[in-house]
This record gives sequence, structure tokens and C-alpha cells, in this order.
Amino acid sequence: SSSWWSHVEMGPPDPILGVTEAFKRDTNSKKMNLGVGAYRDDNGKPYVLNCVRKAEAQIAAKKMDKEYLPIGGLADFTRASAELALGENSEAFKSGRYVTVQGISGTGSLRIGANFLQRFFKSSRDVYLPKPSWGNHTPIFRDAGLQLQAYRYYDPKTCSLDFSGAMDDISKIPEKSIILLHACAHNPTGVDPRQEQWKEMAAVVKKRNLLVYFDMAYQGFASGDINRDAWAVRHFIEQGINIVLAQSYAKNMGLYGERVGAFTVICSDAEEAKRVESQLKILIRPMYSNPPLNGARIASLILNSPDLRKEWLVEVKSMADRIISMRTQLVSNLKKEGSSHNWQHITDQIGMFCFTGLKPEQVERLTKEFSIYMTKDGRISVAGVTSGNVGYLAHAIHQVTK
Amino acid sequence: MAASIFAAVPIAPPVAVFKLTADFREDGDARKVNLGVGAYRTGEGQPWVLPVVRKVERMIAADDSLNHEYLPILGLPEFRANASRIALGDSSPAISENRIGSVQSLGGTGALRIGAEFLRRWYNGNNNTATPIYISTPSWENHNSVFVDAGFKDIRTYRYWDAAKRGLDLHGLLDDMEKAPEFSIFILHACAHNPTGTDPTPDEWKQIAAIMKRRFLFPFFDSAYQGFASGNLDKDAWAVRYFVSEGFELFCAQSFSKNFGLYNERVGNLIVVGKDADSVKRVLSQMEKIVRTTWSNPPSQGARIVATTLASPQLFAEWKDNVKTMADRVLLMRSELRSRLESLGTPGTWNHITDQIGMFSFTGLNPKQVEYLIKEKHIYLLASGRINMCGLTTKNLDYVAKSIHEAVTRIQ
Repeated sequence: SSSWWSHVEMGPPDPILGVTEAFKRDTNSKKMNLGVGAYRDDNGKPYVLNCVRKAEAQIAAKKMDKEYLPIGGLADFTRASAELALGENSEAFKSGRYVTVQGISGTGSLRIGANFLQRFFKSSRDVYLPKPSWGNHTPIFRDAGLQLQAYRYYDPKTCSLDFSGAMDDISKIPEKSIILLHACAHNPTGVDPRQEQWKEMAAVVKKRNLLVYFDMAYQGFASGDINRDAWAVRHFIEQGINIVLAQSYAKNMGLYGERVGAFTVICSDAEEAKRVESQLKILIRPMYSNPPLNGARIASLILNSPDLRKEWLVEVKSMADRIISMRTQLVSNLKKEGSSHNWQHITDQIGMFCFTGLKPEQVERLTKEFSIYMTKDGRISVAGVTSGNVGYLAHAIHQVTK
Repeated sequence: MAASIFAAVPIAPPVAVFKLTADFREDGDARKVNLGVGAYRTGEGQPWVLPVVRKVERMIAADDSLNHEYLPILGLPEFRANASRIALGDSSPAISENRIGSVQSLGGTGALRIGAEFLRRWYNGNNNTATPIYISTPSWENHNSVFVDAGFKDIRTYRYWDAAKRGLDLHGLLDDMEKAPEFSIFILHACAHNPTGTDPTPDEWKQIAAIMKRRFLFPFFDSAYQGFASGNLDKDAWAVRYFVSEGFELFCAQSFSKNFGLYNERVGNLIVVGKDADSVKRVLSQMEKIVRTTWSNPPSQGARIVATTLASPQLFAEWKDNVKTMADRVLLMRSELRSRLESLGTPGTWNHITDQIGMFSFTGLNPKQVEYLIKEKHIYLLASGRINMCGLTTKNLDYVAKSIHEAVTRIQ
């Protein structure tokens, strides 16, 4: 007898997963996986932060129960998460005119927000993403029932921000549409606006009365400074723009598999925040009832304990510094190889990813001839670069671009 | 400043069961008893972290080779395989024929939601918003919301609880299945029906399966209490396994919240049983897409605990023992409450308290009697008359029995 699922199509293979699978099969001892979206230390190994280990030990010693969290998550965590993003001196934070719910890392937080906007933001169905954006943004918003549009962002000719193109497009976005902005360390390009550029963007966004959705997945991880990385978010709020915000602690605390995140809505006042919160819970309950505790407890302890927080700030800076150092070394090694190209964008860009500017044919050669794996768009994860292999990488890039 | 875009957002009513617990917490009366939320409590009225769970947690903490890296989209492989095995049985033909798949999910709710999202997209054609979803009346109140939010427009009920005889309305249930449009989807409670605690007998399940097969009705099992209902894992999985042996394709949403006491770690598993390996492979590839836009990949801690426990014969035995401890305490509270009500001469019959199974009992108390218990006696239970047997202890049994007696005799 036939199956219910005879007509179910095979889903397309995940392009990044494909890269990792091919990497695993490769027997070349010099192989490099530059597709990985997780931090690696200078030995190419996953890194569990010391402050995380300490927090875990403290938690284990307390022998706490496993009772359900509230739908909105661990209160100590959500409050600390809001404070981290907004800043302790933020008027919005101090007045309580915000609501923050715990989400399933960045994805889950984005999705809750998308569902909330679909249900309650009736002015528009359109979400404007930068071109390009994280690949998962599009299906998340689509599955939430919204439509996707784009604004110019990355200039492939200069490997940097197409600021005039972005401003031109943003100034034409229909009023009251939703615009998504990467708070820092744009994924996949690593290209961030400078502060003066952020100021201009905020002014236009305000003029167009757009609903701003910030995705902040790398606070602290981008520049090494949590306040600097949150500057854009804070500036927009100070300009009177009531943003919504998705945060992730996957990278900056290395809590990837624990799924720690938060979704925040800046409201007119605390009363509105209560109403919004009640509706967020109505969305969360039929999705997964309430969030997982383990990671949130770790993050909460770190953010709320002065010693652990201090230690975390040092560790997140060291991760950011290692990334920045690999960028610098890659550029200097390329110069040493004798490359005549301008590789400045590698050090201008920020965060885990770098849009090298390499073309698909060049990427293919890197993979076939040098066992260096990256996505076809020329994006590399700088986290996959170490002092041990940066020379090899530079050599290979030079070979395919000279 | 312009009016807020959220100025018109209405305040949503709180979820009843959580409001109940909140009210309970604020209640200063020393006699208060919480018979609301569905979480296990010890004889001292305390939450219980299973000893095997504490043990495994220490093992995990001591294992330096473990880190916090992302799990695959579909979850921890060892968890998925072992969890599925627990439900379907070691000798399941579906497993040996390689036609099962699974999706690690955030609790039973997450498993239900992913399953619902998939069905809306892919069941019986490509757009199933109009496919009828049948949910028992009564059922866990969140079932309805899960399927509504997944996009289904036609949510119906099937008869289940017979209030007059305080048992299963089998005739009504079968009749509703007979009248349901072909290809409708039915949400079935694998065991320990929430909230009634009333399950079909094996013979009744056979009748249900026969109609469902004849009318091409799709079984979506919700299994949140395996092991917890009778104390025996295999017994509690009988219905699911029977359907598999009858050749059904089905979904089964598993929760390890109660039977592992891992409530806040959100450990669940959506099992897919198909006709062949290729179908299941394609189904899983589409499940990945759904998971990717919902939570990307699931949390690792809880899955690790369950996988480690189920994979080790010794730990597995310890777990079964812990589960039996919980189930036995519930059974004891059932018999103790019933005997007290009967000795008090409380009007009505009370055998349903021991006939029913699992964490909950549908007492038969009406909303007015419930209100009396909450307001006058500080005993918290749902308006439906559902009580969580785990909220009972030797210390409060007398008080609860006497209070129920008062409510029944004073209020009609």
C-alpha cells in the first residue's frame, strides 16, 4: 500500500553542511575548514570559556531542581540580557519600558519576533533585509508569514559597504515597513557601517517611520568591546526609535548547543510592555511551551556575578582579538607572498566572517588544489584560521588570484 | 512622539494552569495545596530530580571531552535512536526495517509543533490548512493552539470523556471517527490521557485502529507519560506499538519532561514511522527545513542525559526503578484518596480515582465546587475538576478528602 509521503520532495542539501561533509572526507593533512560558523582556538579546537566552566561548577554545586521555567524564561537572565544590550544607563532599560523574553538562541528569538510582528504589526508584511544577509533570515520570516524585500548593502567591487546605495534604497522603503539591521559583525560580509554612517541611517529610518529589527548575534565578539558592539542599537533607541531586538549568546559565550538567546521589544511604557509580553507568551506556548534552562542559567550567572562577568569580558575580548590578529596575519602573509591585490577589506571587515572577494572559480580551485573549504560566495570563517595555517591559506589564495 | 505601533496590542489572558500556580504561590494560608500543574512531587511535596539524572549529570560535567558545540539540526543521534527505541520497542519491525525517523525537539510541545508544521505542508498533498484536525474533548489545552498556530483552520473535537459514567465514551469516539472526513488527522494520547486519566483498553484500541485504517485517518500520538502511567514502559507503549504492527504510518510526539523529570531541559522527540526508508529520508529532509526556521538545532544538555541513561544497561535499569518509584507513589495516593472519600461517605462513586491512570484525575467536580475548594479551602485545581495526584501527600490527604467531601455536599 502507498505511503502518505510518496509526494514529499527531498529537501535541498544545506550548502554549508555540504562544505563540512566534503571537508570531513578529505584526507589531505593540510586541509582547512573555513565554513565553520563556530569559534575555534589557535589549535583549531572548540573553546569552552573558563567563565562558563566556573559557572557550571557553581550551578552543579547548588543541586537545583528541574522545574519548568516560566514561558518567558529565566527572569534573571532576561533582565541581564536587556541590560547588556541597552546599557545600564539606558532610559529605556531603567524605566522598564521594554520586554525581554528568553528565546532559543538567535534563530528562536528571531522567529518569535517575526511571529509577533506578523500577528500585531499590521502596517506592513514586508521585511527589508540587507543584500546579502544571513541565509536563514529569509526562511525564518517567510515561515512566520512575512514577505522579503532587500536594500543594497555590500559592494562587491570594493568588498565594503555600499553606503550611498543603502541610503538610497532605505530612503525609498515604504513607510512603516520592517527593516532588519545587523547590529555588528554583519553576517556573511563582516562589513559594518561606521558610527557616522549609523547616525545617518538612523535619521533616514526615523524619517521613514520604519520598524527596526536588530539582529545582534556577536555582541562583544566583534570588536572585543560589548559597549562598542551595541553602539548602533543604543543610538537608535536614544533617537527615539523603538526597536525590536534578537540576541544570541552562541558565539560570545560559546554556548552554541545550549540555545541561549533573547527577544526584546522596546515599548512606549511599562504598561504597553506588559501587554506585549502577554502576547509573546501566547506565541511561545504552542511552539515549545517554555525555554531550556541550562544555558540561560549559565549566562545569567556570568552576567550577574561581578567576578564571572569580568572574566567573561576578558575572554570574549581574547576571542575577538584572535580573530582580528588572524585577519592581520592573513593580509601580511598575502603581501609576503607577493600578492599585488588590495586585501585591506580583510582587516576592515569585522567579526567571524570575511567576504574575501574570491570568485566561485577561485573558490573551487582552493578546494580542489589546496583542500581549503569555504562557501562558493567566497566567505571564510576567520575562526577556522590559526597561526599554524594562515601562511598556507595566504599561499593558496595568492596562487589562485595572481 | 507618534502613537506606538503596539498601542493596540491587547493584554492576553494568562495560561490558566500557570495562573493557578502563581495564585497558589501568593496564597499565605498554611493549609494550601497545589493540585494544578502537571509536575511530579515527592511525599514531602517537593520537586524530585531523579537520582539517575543527578548521577549522569555529574558524569557529563566530569567529561572534559564534551563541549557546547551545536547539535545537528535533527538533534543528538544517540538520543534520537534510543528515545525512539523506548517508544517503539527493541524488536519493532519499523526499526529493523529502517523505516523510522526522529526529530529531537523542545519537549513534547516542540515535537507536536514540528509534526504539525510538517503535516500542514506535506500531508496528503501540499497544502493542508483545510485538513480537519481532531482533538479529544477534553484534551490538554495547548493541543488546540499548537495546530492553530501551525496553520490548520479546521480544528474539531472527538468525543472522549463520558461525564455521566466517568469513563471513556467509546461509542461517541468511534462514531466521530466514522463520520470524520477521510484523511483527517487524529491526536491520540498514547497513555495516561491528560486531563481525564482514562485510557482505552487494548480491545478498545483495536477497535479504534480498525476504523482509522478503514477510513484512512492519520494517527498523531502524544506520548508524555510513558512509564509514568502504569510504572511499566512496555505496557504504556502498547497502543503505539499496536498501531505500528498494524502497518500504520504515524507520528508520535514523545516528552521526557515527566518520566525523566527533565521539565526545564525541554527534551522531546518526534518519531516518524513510514512505509519505507526512502519516504522517511525525504520526510526528515523537510523536517530539517522546518526546524531550521524554528530553533535551528535543539538544546544539548537534556538530550545528553537521556541518551547516556538509555544507552547504558545499568543506568537504564536505575531509571526504570526511579520511574516506578514515581508511578507507585501516584498509585498509592489514588488508593488513599479514594478510600478516604468512601469512608467519609462522600456522595457519588469514587472508583474512578483508582480506575484512572497517570498523573491526573478527572474528579468530576464542577466549576462551582472547584471555586469553593480554591477560595475557601486554598486547594488549587483546574476548573475542569482535574487534579494532579502528585500534589497529594500523606500530610494533606485528610484535609483534601474532607474538603472534597464538603464541596460535594455543600455545593451542587
